[in-house]
Amino acid sequence: MSLNEETKKEYKPLIVAFCCNWCSYAGADLAGSSRLTYPTDVKIIRVPCSCRVNPLFVLRAFQRGADGVIIAGCHPGDCHYTSGNYFARRRMTLLFSMLDYLGIERERTRVEWISAAEGVKFSTTMNEFAKTIHELGENKKLRDLRCEE
Amino acid sequence: MTELIKAKVSELLANQTADRVLGWKKGEFFYDETPAVFQAEELDDLVYDGFSAPNLSKYLIKESKKEGKVIALLKPCDTYSFNQLIMEHRINRDNVYVVGVPCRGNLDINKIREKGIKGIQSIKEQGDELIIETIYGTKTLPREEVILDRCLCCKGSQHMVADEVIESGEPAWEAKADRFEMVTKLENMTSDERFAFWRGELSKCIRCNACRNVCPACSCLQCVFDDPASKVQAKSNADDFEENMFHIIRAFHVAGRCTDCGECSRVCPQGIPLHLLNRKFIKDIDTFYGEYQAGADIEAKGPLTEFNKDDVEPSIVKERGGK
Repeated sequence: MSLNEETKKEYKPLIVAFCCNWCSYAGADLAGSSRLTYPTDVKIIRVPCSCRVNPLFVLRAFQRGADGVIIAGCHPGDCHYTSGNYFARRRMTLLFSMLDYLGIERERTRVEWISAAEGVKFSTTMNEFAKTIHELGENKKLRDLRCEE
Repeated sequence: MTELIKAKVSELLANQTADRVLGWKKGEFFYDETPAVFQAEELDDLVYDGFSAPNLSKYLIKESKKEGKVIALLKPCDTYSFNQLIMEHRINRDNVYVVGVPCRGNLDINKIREKGIKGIQSIKEQGDELIIETIYGTKTLPREEVILDRCLCCKGSQHMVADEVIESGEPAWEAKADRFEMVTKLENMTSDERFAFWRGELSKCIRCNACRNVCPACSCLQCVFDDPASKVQAKSNADDFEENMFHIIRAFHVAGRCTDCGECSRVCPQGIPLHLLNRKFIKDIDTFYGEYQAGADIEAKGPLTEFNKDDVEPSIVKERGGK
């Protein structure tokens, strides 16, 4: 086995981060411009508000092979649309509780409030989350085999 | 009981309160009663007994949009769904005259069969006894032993809404079990055990959509699962992910609006305990956001359409502990 093949087999998790346009996405920008690092496993999807995240998005992400899903929004009370993240908070609490009930490891889902000024929090949260997912390994329970190459 | 209802209904039809009745009639077999609309002269077919299980409130969405007034026969638990549909502006209340009918718990034909009774021809209810006529002779069973599962966790014999209530004088049926018992049991399992349980149950799903079609909360004019572009139908029973997704999304869409009427589990041809998904949401809503019974109060706001500034954080799912 060549060295090349060995590195290919190394497990690379896929983490989908839904970041709200006004706070967390700007937080990611700040993390970038402050030269803070976060894992390349994290793929950011920009959404107008954390409450734009439909439960179906989360399931679709898992279907297409995500190993973890994190939703990042403005701190409660700071929503650009006044109350979006309050609704998102209720919805996601219930959805994650349901996924846990169906036997999907509860560590695979997370909600975090990150403001535009918290580049450091963004970087540490993503590092932490990627580490957890790395330890959990591949998501086999909620994955559509037909989506594999 | 049927006679009492017929008398009341014909009186109402005669004095022009309404011009038709939404009730139950016998299906192919006496135990699969189906909803039906009766004109005054067709009332002979109207039945009401332990097998009148279908929740009629969903049928009122269409029926209340037609001309004239319709009398709706609603059992106590159906009135919750009726209220919920009124809250969602799906039923035209002006066109409905609600007649509350008393309920003593619905019967489960499968439980009767499980008792080893075969060749059933007819079942008569006499007080707390069932007189079952079979081709092998007459048998009796205590009524209590063959009650439909959902009725074991009865919400009570009070009608939440009614223009008129028919009193039977018979003792009311009372809840015999805690409705969250099974949910708690599942919560105490490890995540792998839970996964195995749900895979075992959900893999039976044949995507017949019976649960969706019967659900009073599933009354969207256009359903996400009907979108041909999503190809959900074509994928449906080819892959276990689709089974999971269909049921998670369906349960989520009715979260906070589900009155726990139990119709989904009753109609499931595969016997999947779908009410356990809905009850999990109800239990979570109760513990996180305060007790809420959908359909009990038309003025109340649904738990997912409002919020509190000091709601629990989603991390509660992790902090709560358990396995």
